[in-house]
Amino acid sequence: MVTPMLDRRHAVRLLLEPRGDMLVVCGLGSPTYDVAAAGDDDRNFYLWGAMGGAAMMGLGLALARPDRRALVVTGDGEMLMGLGALATIGVQKPANLAIVVLDNGAYGETGMQASHTARGADLAAIARGCGIARALDVVDDDGLTALAREVRVAQGPIFATVRVGATEHERVLPLRDGVALKLRFRRALGIG
Amino acid sequence: MSDAWPDRIFAALKRAGVSQVGYVPDAGHARLIALCHAEPQMRAVVLTTEEEGVALAAGAWLGGARAALLMQSSGVGNCLNMLTLQRNCRFPLLALVTMRGEWAEFNPWQVPMGQTAEAALRLADVVVCRADAEADVEPTVEAALDIAFGAECAVAVLLGQRLIGRKQW
Repeated sequence: MVTPMLDRRHAVRLLLEPRGDMLVVCGLGSPTYDVAAAGDDDRNFYLWGAMGGAAMMGLGLALARPDRRALVVTGDGEMLMGLGALATIGVQKPANLAIVVLDNGAYGETGMQASHTARGADLAAIARGCGIARALDVVDDDGLTALAREVRVAQGPIFATVRVGATEHERVLPLRDGVALKLRFRRALGIG
Repeated sequence: MSDAWPDRIFAALKRAGVSQVGYVPDAGHARLIALCHAEPQMRAVVLTTEEEGVALAAGAWLGGARAALLMQSSGVGNCLNMLTLQRNCRFPLLALVTMRGEWAEFNPWQVPMGQTAEAALRLADVVVCRADAEADVEPTVEAALDIAFGAECAVAVLLGQRLIGRKQW
């Protein structure tokens, strides 16, 4: 990849500000730390495992709450492990779901081994091929600003890869008790 | 057909307010899948692999909805890591599993997972119920719905291969 890389923390802050009433599910590893660094919120569901499940959790949430916007923020490795979810989401076409992959072309948690996206796999093209017509490749701030607007108002499903650099940031570790995360998320939605 | 066991499962899911049904296409569940697709109050979600349905159910519950997962015993092995969602977060899950590889099986490739499914589910902390006779299906599914959404546990109902019948080759 020769494109100049975006900073992942900057990208996530831009996406989540202003937060509005968006519901956020984040994939394990750096995306969870990035979302936490942008500001903890009861409507963030941080995954610390269940690799490959973030997009499908987003689908279940989006279908359950058609009145809200659901945003999945995950990494290229996590998305690659559950690629079938893109075909499943392409069939369901939820209007209120956006999936944003922070693509650094590497497995950051395990020693920065190159991922498939660094070697030619194109996630936005795969999403498009799965029937997600709105599939974007974001490489700069203008693209990020447009994406931040799209995830709030555009007819979904929306898929975007955001090309981020492989720079590692200080880990911002949010709550990791799954029951507590679930309960506070549901409470924030007024569910008993 | 109105009192066939898939119809009674469908009625039980409806009564319990299940609104999302993830499934991997399966002959044993064919009628139930068709019923779910025809029901406006339900969203039938065709999956590429069973573990997607485990994550779907977790997301549904986060948003206040109830989901069920329809699959075959061979799909149990695909779910194991994703079931850590249910274990760590106590998300409810109702999986309805049609069994292969245990009764009048012709295909040897179905036997290993058929013989392992129940033990694998228990190892993953899933409550396992079983129905082998037609009369047991409805009460078993109703009891499993109570455990899943009342006690907030992961539950699998194994629907015996004898119930589904001999596959014609």
